[in-house]
Amino acid sequence: MPEQLVYAMEVFLNGLMAGVLYALVALGFVLIYKASGIFNYAQGVMALFAALTLVGIMEGQVPFAHLINAAFGTDIHHFGWHVPALLAILLTMVVMIGLAWLVNYFVFRHLVSQEPIILFMATIGLAYFLEGVGDIMWGADIKKLDVGLPQGINEAIDEFTFGVFDYGFFIDNLDIVATVIAALLVASLIIFAQYTKQGRAMRAVADDHQAALSVGISLNYIWVMVWSLAGFVALVAGIVWGTKSGVQFSLSLIALKALPVLMLGGFTSIPGAIVGGLIIGVGEKLFEFSIGPLIGGATENWFAYVLALLFLVFRPQGLFGEKIIERV
Amino acid sequence: MLDSAEPYTTEDGRTIGPVVMEMKNITLRFGGVVAIQDISFDIREGEIRAIIGPNGAGKSSMLNVISGFYNPQDGEVWYKGEKRPSLKPYQVAQQGIARTFQNIALFEGMSVLDNVMTGRIRQMSAGLVAQAIWKGKAEREETENREAVERVIDFLEIQHIRKTPVSRLPYGLKKRVELARALAAEPSILLLDEPMAGMNVEEKEDMSRFILDVNDEFGTTIALIEHDMGVVMDLSDRVVVMDYGKKIGDGTPDEVRRNQDVIDAYLGVAHD
Repeated sequence: MPEQLVYAMEVFLNGLMAGVLYALVALGFVLIYKASGIFNYAQGVMALFAALTLVGIMEGQVPFAHLINAAFGTDIHHFGWHVPALLAILLTMVVMIGLAWLVNYFVFRHLVSQEPIILFMATIGLAYFLEGVGDIMWGADIKKLDVGLPQGINEAIDEFTFGVFDYGFFIDNLDIVATVIAALLVASLIIFAQYTKQGRAMRAVADDHQAALSVGISLNYIWVMVWSLAGFVALVAGIVWGTKSGVQFSLSLIALKALPVLMLGGFTSIPGAIVGGLIIGVGEKLFEFSIGPLIGGATENWFAYVLALLFLVFRPQGLFGEKIIERV
Repeated sequence: MLDSAEPYTTEDGRTIGPVVMEMKNITLRFGGVVAIQDISFDIREGEIRAIIGPNGAGKSSMLNVISGFYNPQDGEVWYKGEKRPSLKPYQVAQQGIARTFQNIALFEGMSVLDNVMTGRIRQMSAGLVAQAIWKGKAEREETENREAVERVIDFLEIQHIRKTPVSRLPYGLKKRVELARALAAEPSILLLDEPMAGMNVEEKEDMSRFILDVNDEFGTTIALIEHDMGVVMDLSDRVVVMDYGKKIGDGTPDEVRRNQDVIDAYLGVAHD
């Protein structure tokens, strides 16, 4: 087999893995959008906030330490204990549910039946607010997150591919784990939405508020549930991204990569978020590998957006989105 | 005067139960506009109760008060012998009051079957995990709910469209699906907001037949709003007539037809 093709295969596989990570973030967007019609700009920041909180709890960090120290002249930073990863993840989830409740109580409850653009603006505000709170609460330094996910080169794949192609592929264990997690997450989300009462209620609320009320569904309950779910997806994305590249504030920027993913997959489709993520992941890696060297590289920065632009021109509803029909 | 706690028998031999809901001196204002002014009436178990009146009389407002979409400034709602506190619409629905809407509120993205099934969401109570893995209580419940839904679908003759997404259905069928969803909830009171609005003669006849059959077969108490006098008089046991937010008549169709205020309200204004 020609050498170039073997390299391309490795790039392809790595692209798939990167795509899974994009899909994880995009999922959170789709979920909220499907259930409440809100495009949640804050999804990326929620992932960051979840990761920050998780590290903070694990390390026994005192929240708002700087604020407390400045106000009372104390010098406290740590409680002096360490919380096991699993317990910390559970506690973080509790925090995310609390956040969901607060967000609904103070913001979105008051914006019922407003224009989508108003709701979108509210989520931008929420994004900046949350970023600020995260900073004050846990500090702005880059943190290491290790919840025990395996990392480093996968020896089995390396050896196997070396045997076949005489060239070992570098596939990160973390990416493989992320893929498994994403698959489980998607499967459970689909089961939840399709086969449970709560999932049915969620779909009903997304479809028609009045009709949902008339069959006995509480809108507030469903919204808090949806934001909690989004918080949960954000936590999963935060754990994977945080483990991969450290918990830092640029993490919230990965949300921007989810935008082209959504334009490709469609804003309303869970499978779309997955396929969209994979296409972008593979596309940008292969493009960088094949065309990149010819035009000076760094194509990964813009490839996804150009692809999304093309989709907007030719298929605005995305690959799997509901067909947009304008009745005249 | 009839005793509100005692059943009675109508002229055509149907037995009408005791009062299940009573509206006492309801007043509803929107800013300076009085939509409903000091109206009282009751709904008896098993009857078909109509609220009629010209456009703008406050009929829809009244229905929205019953279903909890509006809370009146004055007056009390009594339901099953208890005074009802001010509730949210979903809480009213959970108490067993189902409704349809004048402008049809269906889940457009779902199939007919899913729409009707969602009407039974009140009857689903199994735990989340049980539902997801389809075991034990969840399985029993699902079977029960499916049977109930199929009964309603059969009854309203919409078997042929059960898998069709409702967004593809014509208007008349959508109205029927909405009725099916409300009926699937096995409500104590079924509220119909202009069930015949925008229908042609044939569809109106079908709908009338279904309303009568539902009442007959399931014994469902039905309160409906309509401005088509003819249809209402044939259907209902008792009629409340509203005009400009006030009650101007209340009684059997025959009594109401002879009421001078009602005649004036209907003949005195231009009306289709």
